[in-house]
Amino acid sequence: MSDMRERALLTGNEAIAEAAVKSGCRYFFGYPITPQNRIPEYMSKRLPEVDGVYLQAESEIAAINMVFGAAGAGVRVMTSSSSPGISLMQEGISFIAAAELPCLIVNMMRGGPGLGGIQPSQSDYFQATKGGGHGDYRLLVLAPSTVQESADLTMLAFDLADRYRSPIMILGDAYTGQMMEPVQFKESESVNLPPKDWAITGAEGRARNLIRTLFPEPEELEQRNLQLNRKYEGMISNERRVEMYEVDDAEIIIAAFGFVARIAKTSIEILRGKGIKAGLIRPITLFPFPYGAFSNVADKVDKFLVVEMNMGQMVEDVKLGINGKAEVCFYGRTGGMVPSYEEIVREVKRIHRGGCC
Amino acid sequence: MLLTMIKTFQRPKSMFPRQTHYCPGCGHGIVHRLLAEVIDELGIRDRVVGVAPVGCSVFLYNYIDCDMYEAAHGRAPAVITGFKRVHPDKVAFTYQGDGDLASIGMAEIIHAAARGERITVIFINNAVYGMTGGQMAPTSLLGQKTTTSLLGRLSEVAGYPIKMCELLSTLEGATYIARVSVNIPKNVIGAKRAIRKGFEVQIEGLGFSMIEVLSQCPTGWKVSPVEALRFVEKEMIPIYPLGEFKSPEMNVK
Repeated sequence: MSDMRERALLTGNEAIAEAAVKSGCRYFFGYPITPQNRIPEYMSKRLPEVDGVYLQAESEIAAINMVFGAAGAGVRVMTSSSSPGISLMQEGISFIAAAELPCLIVNMMRGGPGLGGIQPSQSDYFQATKGGGHGDYRLLVLAPSTVQESADLTMLAFDLADRYRSPIMILGDAYTGQMMEPVQFKESESVNLPPKDWAITGAEGRARNLIRTLFPEPEELEQRNLQLNRKYEGMISNERRVEMYEVDDAEIIIAAFGFVARIAKTSIEILRGKGIKAGLIRPITLFPFPYGAFSNVADKVDKFLVVEMNMGQMVEDVKLGINGKAEVCFYGRTGGMVPSYEEIVREVKRIHRGGCC
Repeated sequence: MLLTMIKTFQRPKSMFPRQTHYCPGCGHGIVHRLLAEVIDELGIRDRVVGVAPVGCSVFLYNYIDCDMYEAAHGRAPAVITGFKRVHPDKVAFTYQGDGDLASIGMAEIIHAAARGERITVIFINNAVYGMTGGQMAPTSLLGQKTTTSLLGRLSEVAGYPIKMCELLSTLEGATYIARVSVNIPKNVIGAKRAIRKGFEVQIEGLGFSMIEVLSQCPTGWKVSPVEALRFVEKEMIPIYPLGEFKSPEMNVK
């Protein structure tokens, strides 16, 4: 896999793990949970080959705090988990965001709430994009829909983490993590990244560094939050990513992210064959959300259909983007059920005929 | 003729010239000083890294001049594990109270010890939650009155005090485990010796070390500083006996 032109047949989980290694990540801390186990398994074998460290933590709580320690020590580090495990990590993620430490967190979503199930789901959209942990912070969230994109976004994630001094989340699901597809690894870019002069390394030859998140004086904490917010505004200005598919002449637009967007493309092909001009908007960054992609076309499109593997989460952001200019319908399957392309075709036809949303 | 006076008792170099925020009679200031003296004596100020806990000693970094993290409540052993796995050549310590280490952070400390992490843990046991106003701790004594055990800790309701040294010394990964106190000068000297030995065990690459320090909290206990010193002697040491619970074969410098 050292030759970048070589194609490998990998699961999404393995592609993320190998892409992380190719990005210079040498530290992995995690705890077993289905359906992401191939990531820690791969790393436990791969990292020692490159003088890295794989360490299985006693819990997701410990794992994310080990990530805190390693990220603070100035190296590229990651963890991966699935929905209930990510819930356990939320305290640590808030601390990492507050301390402005770069790292990658992978969430291969499964059905919830509670122990839920191990089948694919997208029901952590809120948890990933609307906080998750406590306090005024944001995670930059990347949602791949193919194995190739899982690898590419992993490499991008490490650069974004270092550029913004921020935790980055890859939000996949049991499908994108476990399906196998050919993948080609690109060269890691990693150019013009800021020096990590804030890292904890032992204060040899310099004033000591301190990584802290406690600011008991409200004036100071407010300034701190305003500073964090300027960073998030920078992400909003510069990092929105979206795929527009067959949108130019579309009368109905489907909005979907991750795995569901692939199903929607098949539906669009069938619908266009029957004379219904359907298109797709696929947000790749869920935060920052590409509101503009929706507001720009809201006047030209009759209806939007948001399709998700949950009870309706991203649909709230789509509605914010449309801002009342068009009707926004929702179709969701949940609990590990996946919408079929026939179901989406049926739903588009129904609302195209004037059916209620 | 000028008489030259030589200062024999000075502020450790790795300690900032600053008054502490601790209450009169608190043990934290003593232990901070011992820690700084050991850092100076071992000459490790440029390669030592600490983790401050959640609790009164969260501001440890305001007093000790070295690279430091501030961890989430109880997670210091996990944070320092992340650091030490990246920089195995550096010297790493956590400083944790009884709520932080023996309650919310029990999983992290047990597993750090079981893994034999090359770290030194300074564990301050004052049998009470100090920062939040004197609530019952996992190490509160039976019968001890706190703001959440007004009639005294009852075993039927709140179980028994946790003895961390006894617990951790059962683990193969734990190399040096000792309990000391800072209530009288003799014990302060012993506490410094144990803290130094804990760091030496780490520097020699021998494994995990924890020094439990019985410390006085007059404010949390609602007694005078002098009564607090007596409480350590009369009430705590009989339940939490001092000494080395586990120690490696080594030449102490």
